[in-house]
Amino acid sequence: MLQQLEGSRAIAETVARCRPEVVCAYPISPQTHIIEAIGAMVKDGRLTGCEFINVESEYAAMSVSIGASAAGARSYTATASQGLLFMIEAVYNAAGLGLPVVMTLANRAIGAPINIWNDHSDAMAVRDAGWIQLFAETNQEAADLHVQAFRLAETLSVPVMVCMDGFILTHAVEAVDLIDPAVVDSFLPPYEPRQVLDPDDPVSIGAMVGPEAFEEVRYLAHLRQLDALELIPSVAEEFAALTGRPSGGLLHPYRLEDAETVIVAMGSVLGTIKDAVDARREAGERVGVLGVTAFRPFPVAAVASALAGARRVIVLEKAFSLGMGGVLATDVATASPASGHDLATVVAGLGGRPITRRDVEGILERSGRGTLPRLSFLNLDEDVVARERARMAASRRSGPFAENVLRDVASGGAFR
Amino acid sequence: MRIHGRGGQGVVTAAELLAVAAFDQGRHAQAFPSFGSERTGAPVVSYCRIDDREIRTREPIDEPDAVIVQDVTLVGHVDLFAGLSPTGYVLVNTSRPLAELVSSAEFATLPEGHVAGCPATELALAHVGRAVPNVPLLGAFCALTGEVPLEALARALRRRFRAEVAERNVAAASAAYELVSRHEEAHRAPTA
Amino acid sequence: MSESRVHFYQVGSFAVGNRLLADADRTVQASPERTNSLDSGHRACQGCGEALGARYALDAAMRATGGQLVAVNATGCLEVFSTPFPETSWRIAWLHSLFGNAPAVATGVAAAMRAKGRHDVRVVGQAGDGGTVDIGFGTLSGMFERNDDVLFICYDNEGYMNTGVQRSAATPPAARTATSEALGADPGNVFGQGKDLPRLAMAHDIPYVATATVADLHDLERKVERAMTFRGARYLHVLVPCPLGWGAASADTVRLARLAAESGFFPVFEAEHGVVTGVRRIRRRVGVEEYLRPQRRFAHLFAGEGRPDLVARLQAIADANVERYGLAPEEE
Repeated sequence: MLQQLEGSRAIAETVARCRPEVVCAYPISPQTHIIEAIGAMVKDGRLTGCEFINVESEYAAMSVSIGASAAGARSYTATASQGLLFMIEAVYNAAGLGLPVVMTLANRAIGAPINIWNDHSDAMAVRDAGWIQLFAETNQEAADLHVQAFRLAETLSVPVMVCMDGFILTHAVEAVDLIDPAVVDSFLPPYEPRQVLDPDDPVSIGAMVGPEAFEEVRYLAHLRQLDALELIPSVAEEFAALTGRPSGGLLHPYRLEDAETVIVAMGSVLGTIKDAVDARREAGERVGVLGVTAFRPFPVAAVASALAGARRVIVLEKAFSLGMGGVLATDVATASPASGHDLATVVAGLGGRPITRRDVEGILERSGRGTLPRLSFLNLDEDVVARERARMAASRRSGPFAENVLRDVASGGAFR
Repeated sequence: MRIHGRGGQGVVTAAELLAVAAFDQGRHAQAFPSFGSERTGAPVVSYCRIDDREIRTREPIDEPDAVIVQDVTLVGHVDLFAGLSPTGYVLVNTSRPLAELVSSAEFATLPEGHVAGCPATELALAHVGRAVPNVPLLGAFCALTGEVPLEALARALRRRFRAEVAERNVAAASAAYELVSRHEEAHRAPTA
Repeated sequence: MSESRVHFYQVGSFAVGNRLLADADRTVQASPERTNSLDSGHRACQGCGEALGARYALDAAMRATGGQLVAVNATGCLEVFSTPFPETSWRIAWLHSLFGNAPAVATGVAAAMRAKGRHDVRVVGQAGDGGTVDIGFGTLSGMFERNDDVLFICYDNEGYMNTGVQRSAATPPAARTATSEALGADPGNVFGQGKDLPRLAMAHDIPYVATATVADLHDLERKVERAMTFRGARYLHVLVPCPLGWGAASADTVRLARLAAESGFFPVFEAEHGVVTGVRRIRRRVGVEEYLRPQRRFAHLFAGEGRPDLVARLQAIADANVERYGLAPEEE
């Protein structure tokens, strides 16, 4: 039934319909509303057969999920930003052990400087951990992806992270068609583990593996990711047949037919970009958008095929690798027909800075004029940067640079 | 539309209620706060988009068609009316004449009848028993703009709050609606 | 298992011979029905106290639970020497995840069993002192605080032996380790405030806390079985001498464990809901010197003129234990 509700509430309701057996909770903005709502559902008896555990850290949240999953329970948790980094050892471990934990990542910037707002730095920090990472464009898709996530995870024995933009999606109230519990039950069979801690059939899980077999074990994990490239679209198709909704899959192409310039992006910013593309199309420009839903595994072949007709490719991403540049852009480059100055990275939306339709149109304009650099930072105030560089050059004890920049911005450039 | 207020005044809830009411009318709606680690009393902004088409954009609302000011103490501290459409609406929580609070130059270009004050805090105290002005302002907003019918707002309130609390809120919203409607009619009546 | 008064000792060792006990009181290792939870053929050092303690503790736990047991292991010696695959020594359901998270992983297993209605399956978490007292303390305290249904066993060999004998928060003062060398004016580990985990566990008021040593395996088994009569968080802290890390003869593992208890340096007691309910009183009290001298990690206290000042400070720790728990022999 279509309802107007907060994104976090939509996720909680959907996760509950997936019948999780162990849910761990540790508060960190902006995911907290999700686990609060699930906790309330367990307390009031709406969600039965589920152990809801308030743990003492994100590290424990993922560790409890590991234990529960290894014991054959459907396990779920949610985190963001610093929380993901605090649990990162266990994040790798869950994937290494092949445990199908599902986790919501309410994407948020990573400090220092501390910042609670949205960008994709957290997801990028664990891109090599061995998790499937799916990015949601809307709250509808975020909710639907959770149902698909459990199915993918349990079929492949690989953990899945559903990435949704913190605040922009988690705190937005918009219409979401909550999935019918009967549809979930038909789509998502009870979890049948490949490996399980069973006293009546004891196995050792988590043994040390030496050089004689480590590479093969890691390669098998890689193959499961490649299997996911096949399974993600078929699961999305099956889901669409049941619900009529095009959620999930590898990519979301939009107006790519005959597009000379294509913007590649992930997450909620795709909506804003689509509005910009529609506006430019009306002005007669041949532009399109390629939304990347599956970031890990990265669909190289599908991206190459989607971009085959493009002359210029612009990767707009909410994260970057310091000292290098775009992260998504590096992956896109392996699949893009465009290269050199025809492949541009625009880093945007860091720490919650808004990305507007006008911004996107401006990027397209510059690209059309050939003035879009290979790497640029959207709406970067270069004067602020230059002034801090000058302060650093002028004095060894120039002080903490984040605080200097804040003073500078607050004083309109008067801070010396 | 954009709602300005302070933490604890139900600024975020107001945007959500409005979105639910618009959704109730079969329209597309999107509400979101100016996400931050706001504390009680700190300036807060929330946004609500209402459209007949799917809303895809996620950008903050820099050019609102309407601005609600829940707390007049923000005047002079926050650029409340930045980007306001020339045909936009302004609704301020006050029991005093608007001209005492805001320079009339701010709204000189707005069409007549697009600016209103509403003693929302007083109405909330009288009907709900708490000095949270958000719901009466929404009732006033319904009257001022006609964007959302009062009945849709009442349904949203009944979905959000428990029975008795819901009815008190509906009463507060209705009272504000009546006040502003009378005010608007006075505007529209041909002057003698 | 009942605790019977034993009258016959083997001369010098105080160890109770199984043949002198009633069948019901014999160790689980005397039974052909034992599980061999940690089977032979593993790669622990000669005289490893941890292997001995783990084998007795887990077989006792298996007997107490009718074989419905899952073990969660932290990274460390026990994990490494037992599993270089395919030669796993574990004949029970066993999971190793990370160094610092065994208590949380055990919580997860217990939660899964509860969700599945498998109330018969019990969970043991186990780690060395590094995985318990240091890196695992946060998750352990969380598990205690929530009173999760897990028996957590710390095999305390007083240092990071797996990585080459570095200091942990359980390393005694003055002990030489690779990160607290016997150099300078204050040789060996610092005289800090200590991190007494059994007392920290008691401070959580969990149902059951006990200490034991591999010198009294009957006592260890009895405490495991006692622990399994409770639901909720339980903690067992077992002193397991490490010949490598302590610089001791492999044949001295049990003797050193006994001297640790008999000197009062390692108090053996049990507690329920935060209150001490029983102590293993010292039979024949020895000075700490008798315990310290056979260990090369304390050799700098006795070389040349020695450091009687430091030995005295260690003796003071033992004396405080004897006082705190009332460990003095009955004859005294």
